[in-house]
Amino acid sequence: MLNWFKKKPTPDAPAPQPVPPPAPLVADEVAVAAPVEAVDADPVVEAAPVPAVIPELEDKPEKKSWFSRLKDGLSKSTSRLTEGITGIFTKKKLDDEALEELEELLIRADLGPVTAARLTAGLAKTRFGKEVSAEEVKDYLATELQKIVEPVAQPLVIDPSKKPHIILLVGVNGTGKTTTIGKLARQFRDEGKTVWLAAGDTFRAAAVAQLKVWGERTGCPVVSRDTGADAAGLAYDAVEQATKAGADVLLIDTAGRLQNKAGLMEELRKIVRVIKKLNPEAPHTTLLTLDATTGQNAHSQIEVFKDMVAINGLVLTKLDGSARGGVLVALAEKFKLPVHAIGVGEGVYDLRPFEARGFTRALVGLE
Amino acid sequence: MFDGLTGRLGDIFDRLRKRGALSEDDVNAALREVRIALLEADVALPAVKAFVTGVKEKAVGTEVLRGINPGQMVIKIVHDHLVELLGSQVEDLNLEAVPPVPILMLGLQGSGKTTTSAKIAVRLKNRDKKKVLLASLDTRRPAAQEQLRILGQQTGVASLPIIAGQQPVEIARRAMEVGRLEGFDVVILDTAGRLAIDEELMAEVVAIRDATKPVESLLVVDAMTGQDAVTVATNFNEKVGITGIVMTRIDGDARGGAALSMRHVTGKPIKLMGMGEKTDALEPFHPDRIAGRILGMGDVVSLVEKAAESIDKEEAEKLAKKLEKGGFDLEDMLSQMRQIRKLGGMGGMMNLLPGMGKIKEQLKNANIDEKILDRQEAIILSMTKKERKKPDILNASRRRRIAMGAGVTVADVNRLIKQYQDMSEMMKKMKKMGQKGLLRQGLGALMPKGLR
Repeated sequence: MLNWFKKKPTPDAPAPQPVPPPAPLVADEVAVAAPVEAVDADPVVEAAPVPAVIPELEDKPEKKSWFSRLKDGLSKSTSRLTEGITGIFTKKKLDDEALEELEELLIRADLGPVTAARLTAGLAKTRFGKEVSAEEVKDYLATELQKIVEPVAQPLVIDPSKKPHIILLVGVNGTGKTTTIGKLARQFRDEGKTVWLAAGDTFRAAAVAQLKVWGERTGCPVVSRDTGADAAGLAYDAVEQATKAGADVLLIDTAGRLQNKAGLMEELRKIVRVIKKLNPEAPHTTLLTLDATTGQNAHSQIEVFKDMVAINGLVLTKLDGSARGGVLVALAEKFKLPVHAIGVGEGVYDLRPFEARGFTRALVGLE
Repeated sequence: MFDGLTGRLGDIFDRLRKRGALSEDDVNAALREVRIALLEADVALPAVKAFVTGVKEKAVGTEVLRGINPGQMVIKIVHDHLVELLGSQVEDLNLEAVPPVPILMLGLQGSGKTTTSAKIAVRLKNRDKKKVLLASLDTRRPAAQEQLRILGQQTGVASLPIIAGQQPVEIARRAMEVGRLEGFDVVILDTAGRLAIDEELMAEVVAIRDATKPVESLLVVDAMTGQDAVTVATNFNEKVGITGIVMTRIDGDARGGAALSMRHVTGKPIKLMGMGEKTDALEPFHPDRIAGRILGMGDVVSLVEKAAESIDKEEAEKLAKKLEKGGFDLEDMLSQMRQIRKLGGMGGMMNLLPGMGKIKEQLKNANIDEKILDRQEAIILSMTKKERKKPDILNASRRRRIAMGAGVTVADVNRLIKQYQDMSEMMKKMKKMGQKGLLRQGLGALMPKGLR
């Protein structure tokens, strides 16, 4: 059962007040705040006087909650897989043809040709030539997949002895770094922690403004400079200020970059190098956001980012779509990096812990 | 991790040296590898199957051309078929309509719609001299409208003033109205990213379509997309109707199999590709480049073009003249090395060259230092002018001095001098052969023995 999806996010939050819809609020705010300052001016800390209670975030989506959207998404992709498997195996001997089709189904879920071939071979060893039902096959698959994925399902634990616990978010363009920061900030704030944000994407137009909006939504101070400023310098200031303020967590955003751009990867190393000057242990966590729609290129992404900035955790984003992120199975096996969370929508609550059983059983269509 | 099709097929056909027509067995063996290569390149399974069937029909019974091996023959057939499927001619944006011509941008979250919108605007403005209006209908992602406004400002393209609280369909109507009243040629409507399975948001984009009647509805897709490309392309095409595809992040190292998947399920042309973060980094789609990349065959065309761009013409001419006279000295070698560096160093070149997959692996294993070019440059720079012009005078004590100056060992200096001698030998050969000879013998004749 998908019981892991059923953890309702903060059901005790106060009823939404009739706040204006978030979008106009954004545009409004941005139009006002777009200060023209010298590039190297002192970083601005949005002095959002950290409220004791998080301001009413966005209204919980009513018609289609993240939950139902997730279920929709899951059923879309899993039904295809399920139908396929059922189609092959209902009262059928497991022969070469059936195995080949099974392999293809796994490939279709982005598990990659190698992993798919291995899982199929495992099935052939134990069941070949026997009468097998679709249920048995799904069960076998789910168990095998779970064995692979289980060890990497680890929640992100904030070390209270670090003040602050510094988290750096890195990843390819458009994978959801800024949005994930917003969601993580909400989560840590709910746990009663003081959270600071650093708008380290000083490259993309309006990325700073985007993070500031998240800062407002979650009631977290945002350290920022103007677009075009030096990201490493900004990170340094953020660490310094968050440390002085005694924050529990500091989330540092970075500009998206393709892993094959050596210059940009070097820039990322510089950020790490610079914050280590203030705190040799920092960053305590370096998270890579991985888009669930990404195919086999995910291997290259992780390989390079791991090599360059020693990422030690993953967040799998956009899992509410039709893509199931099957590539994660191969990644878990190869790199053994913990998967801390999954993104299932665009709202502040749309972040869930990664849970192996739910993920894999949903993947093969067992509910 | 992937050494591409060239390497895979090389292994199979190394054992197979017979001449004549390709037998069905040969083809089947090759196609198994083709299938895996395509899947590793993220081509969706239905597209892979159709492709493999098509290639088989063409390949069985084909005469293997003289001078190449069966593996290369299969690769050629596979490559040509792939280019054909990807779209053999370049299709540009269609602006044949009464202005303002609406262009609707569609896609998943984070596929690159906003950046692509700005790039298209810049292209239309600079190349086609069009008056373009950018309008962001993205009221969902924080600061998305602001992002497009700033991009417009940076590139000198007008953008629709932001009115807080306005809904996407209203914004679209207002954009078209402004477009009409202020005499814009093109209005680019940048929509919010949405999941293809999100009925509510898909309905919204259909409403936008109906309100604006776009002439182009472009689906923006990340080159890194996996098997899901089929679902995305099918849904957007069936629900909204697309007229073309834009592939983004082609400058990454993804193999871009999604291109073939989407062509396969929609039949719509891939019109443009995004090649970088700058607003001018947008190019027409080159099917042959993407074909080569999907198959892991290197991007020969790109290398040639890149070389043409970055190699200094004057410098090259100077070198050519010198070669004619037969004198190739260490100064020339130095300037050559600097040219290579401009192309992105050895690694950069290797990436672009076909058939280098294996060599690259070997280089990696042999732990060859990428900094070798730097070191060699340092060695030459530690020589006197006279030594560079007349390398013959380099005796043992001079070599020792140079090694000290460059911070390397004498053996390194010797190696460089040996390399210089080989090169100058090669240059002489080239001169003797003349251009005709070069064409007949092929470039292979010039390669040092080890690489041939």
